[in-house]
Amino acid sequence: MITAERKPLDEIIELVGDKKKILVAGCDTCVAICLTGGEKEAEILASELRIKAQQDGREVEVEHTAAIRQCEWEYLDMIAEKVEAADVVVSMACGIGIQSMAEKFSPRLVMPAVNTNMLGMPQEHAVWLERCGACGDCVIGETAGICPVVRCSKSLMNGPCGGSHDGLCEVTGPDKEEIDCAWHLIWERLKEQGREEMMIKNRPPKKWNLSSSGGPRKMVREEAKPV
Amino acid sequence: MADTDVKAPAAEAGEAAAEAADETPKKPVDPNFEPEIIVFACHYCAYAAADLAGSMRLQYPTNIRMIKLPCTGKLEVIHLLKAIEAGADGVYAAGCLEGECHYLKGNLWARKRVNHVKDLLQEVDIDPARVEMYNMSSAEGAKFAAAATEFTERIKQLGPSPLRRDGVNAHAAAREALGGTAMPDDPTPSGAATAQEGHAE
Repeated sequence: MITAERKPLDEIIELVGDKKKILVAGCDTCVAICLTGGEKEAEILASELRIKAQQDGREVEVEHTAAIRQCEWEYLDMIAEKVEAADVVVSMACGIGIQSMAEKFSPRLVMPAVNTNMLGMPQEHAVWLERCGACGDCVIGETAGICPVVRCSKSLMNGPCGGSHDGLCEVTGPDKEEIDCAWHLIWERLKEQGREEMMIKNRPPKKWNLSSSGGPRKMVREEAKPV
Repeated sequence: MADTDVKAPAAEAGEAAAEAADETPKKPVDPNFEPEIIVFACHYCAYAAADLAGSMRLQYPTNIRMIKLPCTGKLEVIHLLKAIEAGADGVYAAGCLEGECHYLKGNLWARKRVNHVKDLLQEVDIDPARVEMYNMSSAEGAKFAAAATEFTERIKQLGPSPLRRDGVNAHAAAREALGGTAMPDDPTPSGAATAQEGHAE
């Protein structure tokens, strides 16, 4: 799923500026599952904004709501009345939801309250790990179901590199935690699958133009378009 | 005496916050300040301990306003925050001893949430010491009284909440935030006695 982390309160307050009527809009799909921007979290942020405004002597009206999915026009219709009554919307959805809101309700200001950070899987309760880079040219059929694009620190297509030791990557995570070497994991699983030969298969340069480096992407399913 | 040792076990966020709070110069305590303190009490322990404290004729401050929950694990971040927002001078959760939750881990969840609220309060410039988590068994009436006394003294030292507003009842606001989660108060002490029996099962 798409995961996001909330921005610091001071940054959100700066984005809101001197607007008086604030609507905190949660999204009850991906960001609710990752406990960042669902209705519960929207209510908490609204409460924090009211408390901080009172502390700073600013008069604001802060309400909260949540759309089932902020990235779909139909669900935005359901919260339109509240949005239109506000001077500024603080959206807790992922970048897609925030942009959908900004487009649908333009020129009303829609500000992000979260930083969308990855396509992650909940490894355990309250822990998410990056699993997909949406590169547009999936290779995991050859790499034992392990994505080298996001799980190898160098996104190597023909790993491992010399920085792999004892199954770990030479790079550490943001909190200095050890990271598994993706190519070590790939080798171990290829052995389990009896497909060791895949390890020495040369993978030519990947089609990165299908990734975000090829400009904004678009997908159309002609057979499903309304007639 | 273990019974009166009510210091809440060190909570990482709480400790850091308490250190930060210590740096501010202490204001003189207003002798006329009577804090409004909301207590979220577990049906199986703290609520029964309060009843026992009454039966034992123990003295404790009248500043506390109790809200009974089936377990402190039902307490969510927003419930604590709403009580603070409505102007409560202090808020604490009182749950079972760690390892003795009727629902196994409810009190451990509550402690985590209380600590998270401390972090949130720091973001909005409210002293995190205004929220706390206590643990006690239903047999510890003296511990209940000591916790109420210790926390009330702490809040008196901190002074009134800057969020206090005339005409806003923090207790009612906290109850409203909880909705159906809060249990009705027991009309007579016999109700609390039933709770003790339930705990013994």
